[in-house]
Amino acid sequence: MASITLQGITKTFGDVTAVRQMELAIGDGEFFVLLGPSGAGKTTTLRLIAGIEGPDHGRVLMNGDDVTNVAPAHRDCAFVFQQYSLYPHLTVFDNIAFPLRSPLRRTDPAEVKRRVREVAELLHIESKLERKATALSGGEMQRVAIGRALVREPRVFLMDEPLSSLDARLREELRVELKRVQQRSGATVVYVTHDQVEATTLADRIAILEAGAIQQVGTPQQIYREPDSLHVAQRLGSPAINVLPAEWFEGSCHPLAAHVAIRPEDVELSHGNGQASFQVIECSLVKHLVVAERAGVEVRSRRMFEHALAPGSAVRFHFPPQHCLFFDQSGRRLAAPH
Amino acid sequence: MADIRIQNLHKRFADFVAVRDSSLTLEDGKFVVLLGPSGCGKTTTLRMIAGLEFPNSGSITLDGQDVTYLRPRERDIAMVFQLFALYPHMGVRDNLEFPLRNEGLPRPEIDRRIKEVASILRIEHLLGSRIGGLAGGDRQRVALGRAIVRQPKAFLMDEPLGTLDAEFRELMCVELRKLHERLKTTTVFVTHDQNEAMALADQIGVMNQGEILQADDPEGIYNFPSCLFVASFIGRPPMNFLKVGSGVLPGMTDVPVDGAHVNVPEIDGVAEQAVLGVRPEHVQLVANGNGALAAQVKHVEYFGSHWIAELESAAGTLKAVVDKDLRPADGDRVGLQFNTERIVLFDAKTQALLPSASTRAHQPGMRHG
Repeated sequence: MASITLQGITKTFGDVTAVRQMELAIGDGEFFVLLGPSGAGKTTTLRLIAGIEGPDHGRVLMNGDDVTNVAPAHRDCAFVFQQYSLYPHLTVFDNIAFPLRSPLRRTDPAEVKRRVREVAELLHIESKLERKATALSGGEMQRVAIGRALVREPRVFLMDEPLSSLDARLREELRVELKRVQQRSGATVVYVTHDQVEATTLADRIAILEAGAIQQVGTPQQIYREPDSLHVAQRLGSPAINVLPAEWFEGSCHPLAAHVAIRPEDVELSHGNGQASFQVIECSLVKHLVVAERAGVEVRSRRMFEHALAPGSAVRFHFPPQHCLFFDQSGRRLAAPH
Repeated sequence: MADIRIQNLHKRFADFVAVRDSSLTLEDGKFVVLLGPSGCGKTTTLRMIAGLEFPNSGSITLDGQDVTYLRPRERDIAMVFQLFALYPHMGVRDNLEFPLRNEGLPRPEIDRRIKEVASILRIEHLLGSRIGGLAGGDRQRVALGRAIVRQPKAFLMDEPLGTLDAEFRELMCVELRKLHERLKTTTVFVTHDQNEAMALADQIGVMNQGEILQADDPEGIYNFPSCLFVASFIGRPPMNFLKVGSGVLPGMTDVPVDGAHVNVPEIDGVAEQAVLGVRPEHVQLVANGNGALAAQVKHVEYFGSHWIAELESAAGTLKAVVDKDLRPADGDRVGLQFNTERIVLFDAKTQALLPSASTRAHQPGMRHG
């Protein structure tokens, strides 16, 4: 268990600045998610924490101790990658036991057995321990890979898109399990993903990363409800937040606002004639979603529909002012008008 | 433009029955999705409509003409396997012209068609560009253009969006639907993805093990699933199922579930054993002691727009969609209230939907046979 602090970290590769002046404090026992598109610097950040990369500038602290120049093996971080790299010729038991038998640890065989069983139970793979790694399904293999990281009881878990190669159902199942395992073990987890659902469902706190810089850090609810910028607002939420031209809100809008954003679940269907009419493109009862268009702008509304609206038909919307977020031309959030 | 009728279609591969005595009427101009898990027979059905497979028995008519044993070329139907296969070394115009030159159309006709398709898809300004330099969205439109430029009587699409990532797939669904609104060409679209099906379809045929279990509009499939398989296959998180503690008889308006009584729409059918189905969005969390059932919150997940709570009750595990402004916590004791009108009941033995006051008014939105 450990807290992690990054102080003024910069890392360049040739002309590319992968991480720029990063300041980050991750608490002991926190499930911390780095969310961003590919190339945002998420994986580089993870590798800097592990010590696989060294920063050009700045310091990495663990539990307050400067570990910037400490070798990876002595930082005691366990990595879980997207591609589970198991030893195919070993059984599940031996794969999980592997880190305990390394020359650095040399654990007593009875103790190895006890810990492997404990981890296997936690991950619901206790019945698979005697199988060869190659005889497992994708989900089971990733469980074993997570088990191999867990068994070490490291100070920190670093996870790089560990669920992204699994199919939707398995991903959902393992997501719940991963959170449960982390809560039970109290481990510090730094988790990299580009999947916002993983971010909001797993994280205690999220850092939104873009082009090597942190855009915002907060709990999933803080980031979802109070985004600092239009960019962050668009990072969370599925379907994505509606971005509407400020002209539609004349009078009820911040004078400097260029965009008005509103979450699809806050857009109401209106039966009054006062509002402009939109043309329905799509209406899905499963997603409880209607997509409609006016003057090239698409609006999404997430509602409980009793009946589907026919594509091509007309619909009117109400955008409740208390749910509207205002952004200036550069995408910075503006205070709501009073 | 065409309507397609398949009647008692049957197809075996050795002793495996891929499609079992299936009938379906696809009306002119409709977007019809065949939906089901892999191996359910949806692709085989599509391939028989295309003429790539012949059935062992049954018939397929296209605008009243029997085409069951015609070769693909004689049917004037376009099969779209992968929307996104473009020739990267050729320009946009060449990519669009390619299928027409293959058919040996005269030059003025080719030019006319290209102009028309480019205008429908708003890609006129890209005709001189190379594929390599295009943005994702423009590439999609060009690929779509190449599929529609032949102007076939019907489009047959076999998981055309399967290889795209989730975000792109959603965008593409909207593009496809918009295009269908303009062209109104009969389309049969095969997928295992319920989101695609619900987003695109006028009508859906849900298949499993070679059989069409339900043919209806998306609303009918979602609200009145014909059997337990359809009920659990459609909807995410899936429908909750609770075991009913007694047989059911016509006229009943509540049923016992784990000692409690749950109000249901007035039942029209009879079953010795029944299962109650209710979707997670029709389960509401209320104060402990209220509602139809008592439960404890086991786990919650935050999705921004809502929470999903996993609940443990004496009748089993349920899931509920919870408003984003509420904050359920693990361990909370709550009551569960169900939206009565949206409860469906199934015969546990036959797995079929039981008729009730809610299903009475429902007319299937598609001819099944």
